[in-house]
Amino acid sequence: MLEGCGLNKSYGTLKAAEGISLSLVPGQILGLLGPNGAGKTTTVSMLAGLMAPDSGEVLVDGRPMKGDSDPAKAMIGLVPQELALVDELSAGDNLAFFGALYGMRGKKLREAVEKALGFVGLEERSKDRVSSFSGGMKRRLNLAASLLHDPPVLLLDEPTVGVDPQSRNAIFDNLGALKEQGKAMLYTTHYMEEAERLCDRIQIMDHGKTIAEGTLRDLSALLPATSRLLLELKERGGREWLPELLKLPGVQSASEEEGTLSVTLRDLPTGAPEVLAWLSSKGVAYTHMSSERAGLEEVFLALTGKGLRDS
Amino acid sequence: MSLQAALAIAAKDVKIFFNDRRALLFTLAAPIVIATFFGFLSSGGGSGEKVKIPVLVVDEDGSSVSKSIFDGLLKDEALGCGASTETGAREAVRKGKATVGIIIPKGFGDASAKALFGGEKRPELILLYDPSHWGEMGMVRGLLTQHVMEAVSREAFNGAAGRKAIKDSLASVATSTTLKPEDKSALTKMLKSVANWQERLEATQGNESQEARGLGIPFDAKEEAVTSGSGVAYNGYAHSFAGMAIQFILFAAIDLGAGVLLERQRGLWKRLRSAPVSRFTLLVGKALSGAAISLFCLAGTFGFAMIFLKVRIHGSAIGFAAICLCSAVMAASFGLMIAALGRTQAATRGISALAVLMLAMLGGGWVPSFIFPAWMQRVTLIIPTRWAIDGLDGVTWRGLGLGYALQCAAVVLLFAVLFGLVALWRFRWEEE
Ligand SMILES: Nc1ncnc2c1ncn2[C@@H]1O[C@H](COP(=O)(O)OP(=O)(O)OP(=O)(O)O)[C@@H](O)[C@H]1O
Ligand SMILES: [Mg+2]
Repeated sequence: MLEGCGLNKSYGTLKAAEGISLSLVPGQILGLLGPNGAGKTTTVSMLAGLMAPDSGEVLVDGRPMKGDSDPAKAMIGLVPQELALVDELSAGDNLAFFGALYGMRGKKLREAVEKALGFVGLEERSKDRVSSFSGGMKRRLNLAASLLHDPPVLLLDEPTVGVDPQSRNAIFDNLGALKEQGKAMLYTTHYMEEAERLCDRIQIMDHGKTIAEGTLRDLSALLPATSRLLLELKERGGREWLPELLKLPGVQSASEEEGTLSVTLRDLPTGAPEVLAWLSSKGVAYTHMSSERAGLEEVFLALTGKGLRDS
Repeated sequence: MSLQAALAIAAKDVKIFFNDRRALLFTLAAPIVIATFFGFLSSGGGSGEKVKIPVLVVDEDGSSVSKSIFDGLLKDEALGCGASTETGAREAVRKGKATVGIIIPKGFGDASAKALFGGEKRPELILLYDPSHWGEMGMVRGLLTQHVMEAVSREAFNGAAGRKAIKDSLASVATSTTLKPEDKSALTKMLKSVANWQERLEATQGNESQEARGLGIPFDAKEEAVTSGSGVAYNGYAHSFAGMAIQFILFAAIDLGAGVLLERQRGLWKRLRSAPVSRFTLLVGKALSGAAISLFCLAGTFGFAMIFLKVRIHGSAIGFAAICLCSAVMAASFGLMIAALGRTQAATRGISALAVLMLAMLGGGWVPSFIFPAWMQRVTLIIPTRWAIDGLDGVTWRGLGLGYALQCAAVVLLFAVLFGLVALWRFRWEEE
């Protein structure tokens, strides 16, 4: 549907995107995951035709996009990272305006506006000014605005940033429905939980480059560690034994944050008893214990040596 | 270019404008209030009634000459004349209640009649004046000269003081040692004829049939302000409304430019750019809304002036429309240029407000450009507002025709194209 081939973009000497290639498939969500400044928005902007890549090509249905008024742009719906809405107008007027930009008018436009508002659950607020909306409602309207012209491709740039859990779940439900409808979607985020939950395939970016890509399972296979053991410690402070723990053969990494010890293990069945025995030999007491599958956070950590959000 | 998209963009901005009471008030009420104030000042109160210059006369002489000077001043329409004492006059001038105090000292009547025929030392009139009204002082001096001349010469040719003056003058000519003999005989001849004339007058004095006339200024000035035609008074409001309307459509243009920067900041511009709409269409849409809002402002302010302040288009109505239209387009492309050159909207607003004030000031929006010194009148021709305001002045109170109006409109339009080109050239299209 939409393809980016070897996209490059520099701002002065800063290379914001280097050789980014990706491809969107109907009925699938591609997650573009990366920390702040990784180049996600830059990539989306090139795909949406907002800026020309320094080199590389964007193909819509196999054909290169030509110029600002290329009708192929109507195949794409963009949800910008910002709340791209006119605060001074009502929700309905906002959508009607965006629809008119795509040449829609009259009854067709009115119906599309109603449908889009209904889809995100804002039909009651059609006549209210956007400035009176909550953050979550604005985010939902921001999504609705990209759907008016019913594009087969959706580019979503952090569509849930700064949103309460309720609105976030509503948006996730919307995205699930759109996937059902067969839309080809790109979803950028720096929350790996979101990417894990929503995306069929994931592409991880850092410093303008793709550092890994594939399904969640493909990416997990990149990791020597597969599981994580979490222990809530009884006492705080005095962690002089932590470096010693790291030296145990089955332990991949270990860290402690706010009284929770997190240990990644290559193999849970053999590693866990080993760690627990070692801890009791050191007299370290804990109140609760759990384990979980290693996720993208670990993949990212393993690939770059840093956390996703501490760049 | 997609007309529908351009119209959608324009309609959206116009809708926002009309939803925003602050913007509406600023673009409409502010120019009306300020222009009314300036117009009121420059029309001398608007009623056409001339302001009389307050003058106080101190008559210490009490002669027939001084009385007739006072009478003359009293009858003068340009002056508001009253009698006072010297201390009273000084006090009043110092307090600004009177602009000029005129003191006619003792013996002025006698001495002035003699001085008319030379010889004697000329007597002094004392003028007390308020230095902050220097211009009016000049006018009072001129009027005073006229009235003194009339009174003194009337007395010299008709009155008793005149006869005495001639007699004394004849005596002093006869005993003079400095005059050449030819001059002496010529002067004696002239003075004798005057004495002769005085005797004849005295003989017929009984019936008072002839009005006693003195020497006066040998003409009467008939003043007429040259405007669109005789009978039509200069309307100061026509000028002040032209100036303020142009200034405030440029202020509205700043809103347009800053609005584009704000839309970019908010990410809205991304949404516009992601639609299959050309860059040119986006700019045309913005320009359309800017021009529409400017036209609304022009229509609103001039409408008010026409209904309430008797401002009329004495020249070409089509020309008026053409100038308004071109000025609106110029304001819109000025706004786009601001959007193209500005970075953040807050900083841009400050600088462009200053630029607009300069444009309005140098274009003659505050004080009419005909008051400027000649060199400044030439230099300011490179400013678009000058042409717009001159053009509006031309078709309103000057009553000029379509030819002049189209000439001004064309120059304004040229500036519009220039600003538009700068906007196209410098506009930052790449979105981060
Ligand atoms: N217009 C611009 N001019 C200069 N540098 C820019 C511009 N836009 C982005 N950058 C830089 O390019 C890099 C990539 O930015 P980009 O916005 O694509 O990152 P991102 O992955 O979307 O980050 P975030 O998660 O914060 O949205 C950053 O280092 C950023 O500072
Ligand atoms: Mg971004």
